[in-house]
Amino acid sequence: MSTLKDIRKAIGIGLWFMFLTFPLLVIKVNPVEKTVIWRWHTMFLVGVASFGVYLLSRIVLTRRDARQERIRLGQEQETTKSNLRFFTAPQFRLLLAGTGLLFVLVFPALFSTYQINIMITALMYVVLGLGLNIVVGVAGLLNLGYVAFYAVGAYTYALLHLHFCLGFWTVLPIGGLLGAVFGILLGFPILRLRGDYLAIVTLGFGEIIRLVLENWNEFSQGPSGIADIPRPGFFGIDMSLETAIIYLYYLMICMVIFTIFVVNRLQNSRIGRAWFALREDEIACQAMGIDKTRTKLTAFALGATWAGMAGVFFAAKTTFINPASFTFIESAIILCIVVLGGMGSIVGVIVGAFVLILVPEYLRVFADYRMLVFGAVLVVMMLLRPQGIVANVRRTYPQP
Amino acid sequence: MDYFIELLFSGLTRGSIYALIALGYTMVYGIIGLINFAHGEIYMIGAYTALIISTVLSIYGLPPLAILALTSLAAALWAAAYGFTVERLAYRPLRNAPRLSPLISAIGMSIFLQNFVLLAQTSDFQPFPSLIPEFAFMEPFAAVIGSKDLIILAVAALVMILLTFMIKFTRTGKAMRATSQDRKMALLVGINVDNIISITFLIGSALAAIGGLLIASHVGQINYSIGFIAGIKAFTAAVLGGIGSIPGAVLGSFVLGLTEAFATGYVSSDYEDAFAFALLVLILIFRPAGLLGKAAIDKV
Repeated sequence: MSTLKDIRKAIGIGLWFMFLTFPLLVIKVNPVEKTVIWRWHTMFLVGVASFGVYLLSRIVLTRRDARQERIRLGQEQETTKSNLRFFTAPQFRLLLAGTGLLFVLVFPALFSTYQINIMITALMYVVLGLGLNIVVGVAGLLNLGYVAFYAVGAYTYALLHLHFCLGFWTVLPIGGLLGAVFGILLGFPILRLRGDYLAIVTLGFGEIIRLVLENWNEFSQGPSGIADIPRPGFFGIDMSLETAIIYLYYLMICMVIFTIFVVNRLQNSRIGRAWFALREDEIACQAMGIDKTRTKLTAFALGATWAGMAGVFFAAKTTFINPASFTFIESAIILCIVVLGGMGSIVGVIVGAFVLILVPEYLRVFADYRMLVFGAVLVVMMLLRPQGIVANVRRTYPQP
Repeated sequence: MDYFIELLFSGLTRGSIYALIALGYTMVYGIIGLINFAHGEIYMIGAYTALIISTVLSIYGLPPLAILALTSLAAALWAAAYGFTVERLAYRPLRNAPRLSPLISAIGMSIFLQNFVLLAQTSDFQPFPSLIPEFAFMEPFAAVIGSKDLIILAVAALVMILLTFMIKFTRTGKAMRATSQDRKMALLVGINVDNIISITFLIGSALAAIGGLLIASHVGQINYSIGFIAGIKAFTAAVLGGIGSIPGAVLGSFVLGLTEAFATGYVSSDYEDAFAFALLVLILIFRPAGLLGKAAIDKV
């Protein structure tokens, strides 16, 4: 009975989407020459696809519900836990980490410079994702202007090199520090705001930074950007382009390990606990005697620090920066990494960064659909698995 | 003085278009407490639908007024359908989820719709036909206010009056007010809250589409990304007036429109968009509840 009803509903949904996408997908006009291209086949495809997706989701969801019902009635054991026991065992984790580290270390020997470059980008996004994870995942403050701090870092290096000939190593801490300063600057006005206002203001802040960089020609050379930024040096030794890239790759690895270490320690610290408390319930958190202002500001500042440092790396990697690299899309990608991987989970963010950066790189055929998929990923993850691919396991303490 | 009046009218025109979009934000926020990030995209889809339908109709050689009427109708219809679908797909299942979830879902929807239009149509700017006819009697005033500005002002005023009437005096309007005050209580007195929320999305989206059509024929070109900036500005306007308050949204829109017009006219046009953001940050620091809003008190 229910299947017949489902099919009828699926047909209805198919027809609805055919209607919905009719003008945009079927008709393509050229308003100047007054010509119209009709693409009827897309309408048919949309109908069939939405019909199929609906039926599939019904089947999957019915099964899941039935299984949960059985578990509730005690007819079936929760199998996931025993299946996962092997994966959560410390030996397995050690093995995985060891293999991962080995692979990472020999990576430059096995692959071409092009691959190494892609890998550096992915690692950069790991750092960015971990930084944003502090703000969004751990402290629960939705920051949509994260790319602004990234831009601050990149421009810090570019401008300090341009005017004062400062090197990579001097600028790296300065970039992080300036990121933190901007984080606090942004944090102050929005301390009192709740989630959604915060999102919009941070978005506006990100756009303001970009607009300033684009329009203030005397300061940032405007849209034409800054070129000839040097790659990081190694005690003044001249390196060929390939060696320099490999060197940067190893630096990036160190950076990622450093980030993971610090973020992990932070999460288990007093301030990390305060962030978790803030995320769960602001009022309760205040009632427990946590200084809300300070907690929020440290979250912004520490999140921005990583973006600042990643920005310095970005400038050093591409040797050319302009404001076009720091659009809202970039913030959205970083947010997508955090959401897909699992908010608050370090392993999750790393997985998310690799999936979202490497998959589009290697599936160039679908490059056009990249942002479309990113948008869909955000929605679908929220609907089906809000905790992300790798859920953050809350630390529990045994009862005394 | 002429320059001043010109800027004044330009500000009013901007303001009334922002108002059409801001109303959608503020109505949705008032009812479900969610910032509908995809609203700017609905506006863009409305404008795009208008472009497509009007071009097709003009090829078939319909008279200009018929084209204008049919195009407005189609734009409002499809935008409303998109708004409805977005709510059903991305917001309704998350109604009882933590605050962050629907927000992220809304951002995802916004990115998705933007890229959907990019892929389905084109990434280039497309010229938008001038749907609004020039009036002969406006000729003497052409220096300060054009026919288009006049139409935009008139349409916006008409829509706002109709909306106010609807919310104040009809059954649906009453139900909407009840839902926005207390959703659970509205449910208890027999209001179909789901339907009311859908209706809110339908109305808000249709208004945004009308705004999209008007602004597109004013500016003369559109592309897939126009929804982003327009959405933020309309949101700024809604916050400026006090989000959730309908007269507030209108007031905020005019304040924002005038600020932008005078700031770009007298200060610098490079930072046109930055003025809106700066204004937004300033309001949120000094008067987070907005001009007409009431400060919300969190009760535990």
